[in-house]
Amino acid sequence: MAKKLRRHVITMTATAGSGHPGGSLSAADIITALYFKVLRHNPENPQWLDRDRFILSKGHAAPILYAALAETGYFPVAELATLRKLDSRLQGHADRKFTPGVEMSAGSLGMGLSFAIGVALAARLDSKIYRTYVLLSDGECEEGQTWEAALSAAQFKLDNLTAIVDYNGMQLSGWTRDIMNLEPFTRKWQAFGWHTIDIDGHNFDQILSACQGAEKIKGKPTVIVARTIKGKGVSFMENNAAFHGKAPTWEEAERALKELE
Amino acid sequence: MAEASTRETYGKTLVELGRQNKDIVVLDADLSTSTMTSFFAREFPDRFFDCGLEEQNMIGIAAGLAASGKIVFVSSFAIFASCRCFDQLRLCLSQPELNVKIVATHGGITVGEDGASHHAIEDLALYCALPGFTVVVPADAIEAAEAVRVATSDHGPFYIRLSRPKTPIVYPEGYHFTLGKAVTMRQGTDATVIAVGIMVDKALGAADILARQGIDCRVINMHTLKPLDETAVVKAASETGAIVVAEEHLAQGGLGSRVAQTTAREKPVPMEFVNLGDRYALSGKAEELLQRYGLTARDIEESVKSVVKRK
Repeated sequence: MAKKLRRHVITMTATAGSGHPGGSLSAADIITALYFKVLRHNPENPQWLDRDRFILSKGHAAPILYAALAETGYFPVAELATLRKLDSRLQGHADRKFTPGVEMSAGSLGMGLSFAIGVALAARLDSKIYRTYVLLSDGECEEGQTWEAALSAAQFKLDNLTAIVDYNGMQLSGWTRDIMNLEPFTRKWQAFGWHTIDIDGHNFDQILSACQGAEKIKGKPTVIVARTIKGKGVSFMENNAAFHGKAPTWEEAERALKELE
Repeated sequence: MAEASTRETYGKTLVELGRQNKDIVVLDADLSTSTMTSFFAREFPDRFFDCGLEEQNMIGIAAGLAASGKIVFVSSFAIFASCRCFDQLRLCLSQPELNVKIVATHGGITVGEDGASHHAIEDLALYCALPGFTVVVPADAIEAAEAVRVATSDHGPFYIRLSRPKTPIVYPEGYHFTLGKAVTMRQGTDATVIAVGIMVDKALGAADILARQGIDCRVINMHTLKPLDETAVVKAASETGAIVVAEEHLAQGGLGSRVAQTTAREKPVPMEFVNLGDRYALSGKAEELLQRYGLTARDIEESVKSVVKRK
């Protein structure tokens, strides 16, 4: 299924002529694991009050989220072809106003963890057992707000919150370590009072067991630091910052789709 | 003259609303003893979250709570509840039209001695720029309580600006507030002062003085800046032929800009503006600052005389 979602990302962005394939491909295995194994959700009733919440903080990875939402039945797969087109429900960045299943309007980075905290607090107030998941990019951990939120999630002891960082090591113009080094990354979260789990973000079993492990932690939030490869699955996109925010040409898309068969 | 604190009234009203509605939650950024959300915190500790000095995070948390069905009140000083978190206000609250009520205290320069860093004088421009936001500046404590009640039952994002010092009471008990409907505080035919917040009382004072000089001045309290009561503006322009707009704010983007945009399109008339102009203020006592920066009844009186001459 992850391969199928990756194929959607390539076709969608090529059709749109713009978009963010790199960070969508790095998150593909995480998103697949969540939507097809982890989340308790009901595509026929996106507003189901007891659903687990998934919040995409790295809003530019909207294509991979849309692919998962379509394949799980929130809207027709054919609609994926309308990405970024005028009047489409699939906006350039994830948007809660228009797309069934999208919890948060995102795209300005660093805001999603805060939103997720609000959702997790609401669960506690309402004595609901749903879990809140939020996917961050490593790049957006350069935003100060992410660390404000990290402090407060620990302060509020939100053990019903799991953050996952799609740590692909790259941002728009290059390697994060060269632009604004985040290391030692896992230790930063530990210092902020979080339980941490380091995994290979392309290993399905590791993703699933990390999500299960997080549920058992009491009294503090958990962050899963998932090491990934930007552009994963397409040889010429892997570790290539050029495909952060650039769609493949049709010729490139054909090569990519062949690799993803 | 009777005075009362708008923020103390806010704190008490919030408790009263909290008793009636369990979905109300309150966030503050380490200022609850000044914004008076401390009253709510004391009575409903489970529904109160101190977000510390994290205004950006606080807006995101508010959005998540509102998206989960809560009616969220967020309080801080007006300066931090506007400038510090504008991108968050825009994408987390305005665009998705979430049900969050920002009730900011310490608006304007009457914050006083704390100086320019604490004077919220661009907040109205910022909030009025956000699609979907309702923007209210109550003229006194009675109106503040009413506005907070209405905001609770009216879905969508609100900004309500309150003051630090006590403000004169301009309404009788039992006053009924209608969102988006300006209040004619005093009839008049020669000119109209459209005022907001603490300037309403000063406009009434100016109108008294002008009456003794033979100028019959209408006074309108435009408590809701957005959506603006354009009907009241056009009526004032048509019937009195001259308008003065008075607000504790910079010249750009606040009530003056909004009224002028309406008159320019519907009924151009001579206008004058009583505001801070294009500058930051100094530290000082509230009354001293209002004198220094031209926000007194006397300043309104002079502006009315000038605008009447231009008719």
